[in-house]
Amino acid sequence: MDSYDTSASTPGQSTSLKLKYYTATATPLQKQLESARKHTLPVLTPHRRKIPQENIDPEEAAFLLHKQWTLYSVTPLYKFSYTNLKEYSRLLSAFIAAEKQKGLAVEVGEDFNFKVIFSTLLGIKGTQRDPVAFLVQILSKSQLPSENRDDKVLWTGWFCCVFGDSLLESVSEDFTCLPLFLANGAESNTAIIGTWFQKTFDCSFSPLAISAFNLSWMAAMWTACKMDHYVASVEFLWSVPCSPQSLDISYAIHPEDAKALWDSVHKTPGEVTQEEVDLFMDCLYSHFHRHFKIHLSATRLIRVSTSVASAHTDGKVKILCHKYLIGVLTYLTELAIFQIE
Amino acid sequence: MSVLRPLDQLPSLNTAAVLLVGAEDALLQQLAESMIKEDCPSELKVHLANSLPLPSSGNRPRIDLIVFVINLHSKYSLQNVEKSLHHVDATFFLGKVVFLTTGAGREHHCSVHLSTVERLARTYRSPLLFCDLEKEAFRAAMVQRLVRLLLVCAGHVPGVSALNLLSLLCSSDSPTPEDL
Repeated sequence: MDSYDTSASTPGQSTSLKLKYYTATATPLQKQLESARKHTLPVLTPHRRKIPQENIDPEEAAFLLHKQWTLYSVTPLYKFSYTNLKEYSRLLSAFIAAEKQKGLAVEVGEDFNFKVIFSTLLGIKGTQRDPVAFLVQILSKSQLPSENRDDKVLWTGWFCCVFGDSLLESVSEDFTCLPLFLANGAESNTAIIGTWFQKTFDCSFSPLAISAFNLSWMAAMWTACKMDHYVASVEFLWSVPCSPQSLDISYAIHPEDAKALWDSVHKTPGEVTQEEVDLFMDCLYSHFHRHFKIHLSATRLIRVSTSVASAHTDGKVKILCHKYLIGVLTYLTELAIFQIE
Repeated sequence: MSVLRPLDQLPSLNTAAVLLVGAEDALLQQLAESMIKEDCPSELKVHLANSLPLPSSGNRPRIDLIVFVINLHSKYSLQNVEKSLHHVDATFFLGKVVFLTTGAGREHHCSVHLSTVERLARTYRSPLLFCDLEKEAFRAAMVQRLVRLLLVCAGHVPGVSALNLLSLLCSSDSPTPEDL
């Protein structure tokens, strides 16, 4: 009963916090009221979602695919400017060099054995209002001054915002909202670069874990995607909560069978609802129970992989299909926004 | 006896009985042990069940309070509770049923969304409590609360009845089930 009281008071608290924040940043009064009103409603995740499908330039997308990305959520960047990307490259490379030399002074603009490149990813956005995504790469410069030398990519990370309307509405102009950050490369580099961004743009990074609940949404949405040809089977990994050793159960389904199952539970065209996701998973559970007498619903889903993408509960994703890149990023952006709010 | 009714037996003298229902054996066991150790003027009886209906055996005391334990990390535990609810008589929901949710702390382990449990509790017009039962300190606090609720439901607290507990549910800014 008391817990009922707390659940009722939490939205109220968050409203007062938000209000304080808005007055500090002095946005127009109208906007304050609107966002305050918006936040008084209890925050629930939507019970239906669309899967956006947009064709982006396959070449631009190519190097984002087939790589394992670690997900982070990032609060809005303060005074970030797309015109200063060159300057940021110089500052960040000096910062990395300084960190690696542990405190020895480093001159900005000095020549290092690596370089940092900032570049924009124009195609990665959902609506016109979404800020442009950008990419940060660390390349090692090869020492040989030959003609066709290839710079080796040491670390890649990119910031993006796809259909991030709910966040964009509530943030003032000085901020650039790119709530989703994906990194590939040594974790030590991610930490150094994260520190630089936090210092420079007054933002905060936190690892984005994906709950079993959200993984089942991904499983359903990605199974629902129409594919010309399937490259992988639909695969689930469940972890059985038992001590002392953990036990994992893997369950692979032919992608066309999974799609047929989905089509049989799917009713509303173009949309995915919570009921359909639950029903889809329950069908898989009952099939497994019939054969092995194990209740998968009592275990925890930790990984989902399909021909579209794969995701692990630790916050690691791999996107395989460029056709649905935007769709996958939309959902991940939603999760990132939910985490920072 | 497929449906559990609240007042189908005479009460035993100075005894209050609680029924804990849930699929999580270990958690239920720990909760029951701490409840029995709790200092209390009445004699406490704690019964555990994985699911309802209960087997029809004669020598069971009158059940004064049912606590449904739901672990958010397991969908099975929710489905199990949902199925068990069919075997509870409607008059129990006049204050003698409590939903106890555990596991909300580790959000990325959750298979069940919080709003699902909230909706369930609202549908059955019964209180929803949150507690991480794996943590000793939290469990101890929850046990005190459950014992107090149990005494009220058993009629051992003068002037308060189980129905009074339901009035705590009413709040002006909470949406009614019809709004959802």
